[in-house]
Amino acid sequence: MSPGELLITALLALGVFFYAAGTVGLIRFPDTHSRLHALTKADNLGLGFIVLAAGLHWGDAWIAGKLALIWLLALFAAGMAAQLVARAALKPEPRE
Amino acid sequence: MSLAFDLALCAFILGAAALAVAGRNLFGSVVFYIVYGVLIALAWLSLGAVDVALAEAAIGAGVTGVLLIGAWQGMKEAGALEDSQAPPWPVRLWAALGAALTGGLVITAIIALPGQDGLTRTVADEQGALALGNPVTAVLLGFRAYDTLLETLVLSAALAAVWSLSPERVWGGIPGPKHVSRPDGVMASFGRLLPPLGLLVGVYLVWAGADQPGGAFQAGTVLAAVWILIVLSGLRDEPRVSSLPLRAVIIAGPAVFLGAGLAGALAGQALGYPPGYARTAILIIEYALTVSIAATLALLIAGPARRLS
Amino acid sequence: MTELLAERGHVFALTGAALIALGFYGFMAQRAVIRRLISFNVIGSGVFLLFGGTGYSAAGVDPVPQALIITGIVVALALTAFAAALAVRLAQGGDRDDGTDDGEAGP
Repeated sequence: MSPGELLITALLALGVFFYAAGTVGLIRFPDTHSRLHALTKADNLGLGFIVLAAGLHWGDAWIAGKLALIWLLALFAAGMAAQLVARAALKPEPRE
Repeated sequence: MSLAFDLALCAFILGAAALAVAGRNLFGSVVFYIVYGVLIALAWLSLGAVDVALAEAAIGAGVTGVLLIGAWQGMKEAGALEDSQAPPWPVRLWAALGAALTGGLVITAIIALPGQDGLTRTVADEQGALALGNPVTAVLLGFRAYDTLLETLVLSAALAAVWSLSPERVWGGIPGPKHVSRPDGVMASFGRLLPPLGLLVGVYLVWAGADQPGGAFQAGTVLAAVWILIVLSGLRDEPRVSSLPLRAVIIAGPAVFLGAGLAGALAGQALGYPPGYARTAILIIEYALTVSIAATLALLIAGPARRLS
Repeated sequence: MTELLAERGHVFALTGAALIALGFYGFMAQRAVIRRLISFNVIGSGVFLLFGGTGYSAAGVDPVPQALIITGIVVALALTAFAAALAVRLAQGGDRDDGTDDGEAGP
């Protein structure tokens, strides 16, 4: 395995680790807001590492740039979605 | 991609579908359906059908998911959310037998299917006449354009049907709840930041659709998402469903499509494109359709009219 | 090589068949309207996968099924939207407060 491949594998593993951590938080945390906390932070970081690994794997600045843009867009979309979920959770439930 | 990846993907698809169809918690079922939709989009990607993957991710998983969540919310507010008790065993038994029979018949049919060449070559040979690079767009708006025409009419008809469910006292009013947000809050600022980007992506998808994967339906979905984002962040309210300009926008796409078909009739072939102008006509239809599809999808999600102001 | 690729299509076609069966079961056995809607959509995407999988060859998925599948996805969405709106409207009961109701006020 070349040093480059090793780096890519390490980045992928790191990304998967953060995804796993986010998922554990999603399952284990008690309420919506702390679950969101786990998801928005850990998963977006995980996605960042995977995007970085993918960019290095393709070894093309053009593709890497596109991937970085996708990551940025995913960050904004996740922020927006988290805001909406948090708001919905704040509203008193009509009845359960 | 490798066979192992495909097999794992199919296993995940079946697992997600089983949880969506028979899971214990109703909201969980909706969430698993969305996961299922994304996995199906991956399956299309694995098969190399990028156009279908885009449509499935945007419409099959995205818009359908939002609709199902909306229905769940609406039924909860009406106090009519069904409990998820398991159906009685005779029902389950008969349903399982019927399902096994159906599945078995379909599998037998797949195995018995004779090898065929398909129409890939035919489309590739004829595609030049339309001057389009994307074979799927060539089929959608060229060789089987009448399917697509009727499909856009189905979409408009569904919207009319949804609107017809408006209660009498708010007839012609505004669909969906009113959203407010702090003017300096996250929602309002993201609601300003994301729409231009979404607009760019949507326009790119329809512009690229002639020669690369993409097209009116995928682009329309992205634009509908932009619309919904603006409404959710409280920057603009939904329009009244009785608004004439709105109805003009909704019907513009099918009208332009029909108009092109009639122009073809004048040129000698009904629903045909005049030779030499096929690409131009298709592009005009695609752009008009994109706008109409965006408005129709956004309003389908908003549902029937709910309030007068 | 071609045979293997044809098999690849078959993997997805068979998954499609299983999805049709699963959706059929849900549509028949489940009571909740939303779950029936989900089942209906699972049947739909199973048919699409079957369609695309059998249309797969070394050259990729046949563009004609691809176009028909995109059409199908949109039509399924139109039906789902109407069914969802209808289910919610039914759950809400009739127009209770405008006097134009035919007398059937919901539960």
